Amino acid sequence: MTSFFTYRLGMPFEWAWFVATIMDILLIALPLMLAVAMLIYADRKIWAAMALRRGPNVVGPFGLLQSFADGLKVFLQETIIPTAANKTLFLIAPIITFTVALIVWAVVPFAYQAPLANINVGLLYVLAASSLGVYGIILAGWSSNSKYPFYSAIRAAAQMVSYEVAIGFVLISVVMYAGSFNLGDIVENQKGYYGFVNGHWSNPLLFPMAVVFFISSLAETQRAPFDLTEAESELVAGYQTEYSSMSFALYWLGEYANVILMCALNATLFWGGYLPPFDWAPLYVVPGILWLFAKILFFFFVFSWVKATVPRYRYDQLMRLGWKVFLPLSLIFVFVISGWLMVTRVGLPA
Amino acid sequence: MIQAIAFYLFAAIVIVSAALTITSRNPVHAVLWLILAFFNAAGLMVLVGAEFIAMLLVIVYVGAVAVLFLFVVMMLNVDFAELRAGFVRYAAIGLAFAVALVSEAVMALWGYSAGAIELARRTAPTPDKVPNIQAIGDLLYTRYLFVFEAAGLVLLVAMIGAIVLTHRERGGTRPQNIARQIARRPQDATRNTQPVVGGGIEL
Repeated sequence: MTSFFTYRLGMPFEWAWFVATIMDILLIALPLMLAVAMLIYADRKIWAAMALRRGPNVVGPFGLLQSFADGLKVFLQETIIPTAANKTLFLIAPIITFTVALIVWAVVPFAYQAPLANINVGLLYVLAASSLGVYGIILAGWSSNSKYPFYSAIRAAAQMVSYEVAIGFVLISVVMYAGSFNLGDIVENQKGYYGFVNGHWSNPLLFPMAVVFFISSLAETQRAPFDLTEAESELVAGYQTEYSSMSFALYWLGEYANVILMCALNATLFWGGYLPPFDWAPLYVVPGILWLFAKILFFFFVFSWVKATVPRYRYDQLMRLGWKVFLPLSLIFVFVISGWLMVTRVGLPA
Repeated sequence: MIQAIAFYLFAAIVIVSAALTITSRNPVHAVLWLILAFFNAAGLMVLVGAEFIAMLLVIVYVGAVAVLFLFVVMMLNVDFAELRAGFVRYAAIGLAFAVALVSEAVMALWGYSAGAIELARRTAPTPDKVPNIQAIGDLLYTRYLFVFEAAGLVLLVAMIGAIVLTHRERGGTRPQNIARQIARRPQDATRNTQPVVGGGIEL
């Protein structure tokens, strides 16, 4: 796009780069917001179907416009800031959550070599940005100056930090297979694998890691069964208790943007990202972005499915799963995979 | 031009937020300014092409260390006014540290712009096209392997030491045995009886 602005419109390179980047960001962020609205609707429909209910069916055909009606309602509400709250931080916290949910999309490849920023530390960037996400929650809990949000913030921080450790090891095993931190290269390295979705399905060493990553991504996004931060029977609405109007809506959007992001990462790291399910030429006619969408939607369905069927974990069970099951398991797999790759790619030491 | 704008933006924010870290009255605000400083320092490192170090800075310092700082500060309710009380008493020591650090910085600058050899070595630390993860990895796992492993060992010992020092065996608790819970079958725990009316059951 930069070249279009430079050569067709005769802009100086720097201005062309600037305008092109802004337009690329909008091209990602605006459809993402639309996707969030539609996926909230889908989430509620799936959840309702599993509970044999109808779900939203009043606003628009099949209730399709429900999320927009909710958005409008929230927008027209009054913003209430508790008098004892730390006002600046109270308002900054939802902005942090929302921004962090958006910035990671910069490195997600939508087609061959087509992310917004093709950086060679892409995966580390994802880890770095997702480790920032915890601040939106801690700050909300602290600045509300209210006890339930504070409990929730402490839970959330401990939960996200614990599961990031396991996620880190899982990502290392992916990186060892792909030999690169660049998400585009990681996808290209999955090309030609025979498997259900062109990924590591058939690889007995990486498939367990895919499962661990999926469960950890549920914990990382605080979705059921790990939604202890919003456990309404214990903590009212968790860290969002004191929020209203747009600041609440930002949490809402950020949460779902994070869920979609985690679905995209699952698809990209383990299930071939923008590659078609089989390495078969006619399937490449379909643009890669559609394959990526299909995989994201599949994982989103599984997220909703889990939410509708699995009861909430107790806090000690959550910590046990993170530290005593996933951490040792992923660490063992890092050892096994590195050993296997050394033997198969380099050969046994003489 | 964009690089220059980005550099001055990051550098200015680092300096301002570092100053605010020291001067802000609320300890939580101080930690948050520190986080902002870390974050913008990472931005500066991206600008000089050290993207790996920048990401590590964000992951380790912002993502883990600063979260712990924030936790401790929020939980302990540190009163900065109390800490400031001994300002005059510690002023001399503080001044000594400041002088030492400034003189070190000046010496480093002198050394940096010293000779032609130093300048030549600085121009191409790694060949182009080699990502700096690979460049660091090549050195870390070949020439500096033993130092690297020793650093890892020191950290491991420190971690085990911390656990041993703080771990307390508490008696009288009844921890879960997950395997036993899973292995328990309905027939071990329940019994199907047909008591007669008014007869009750033997427990």
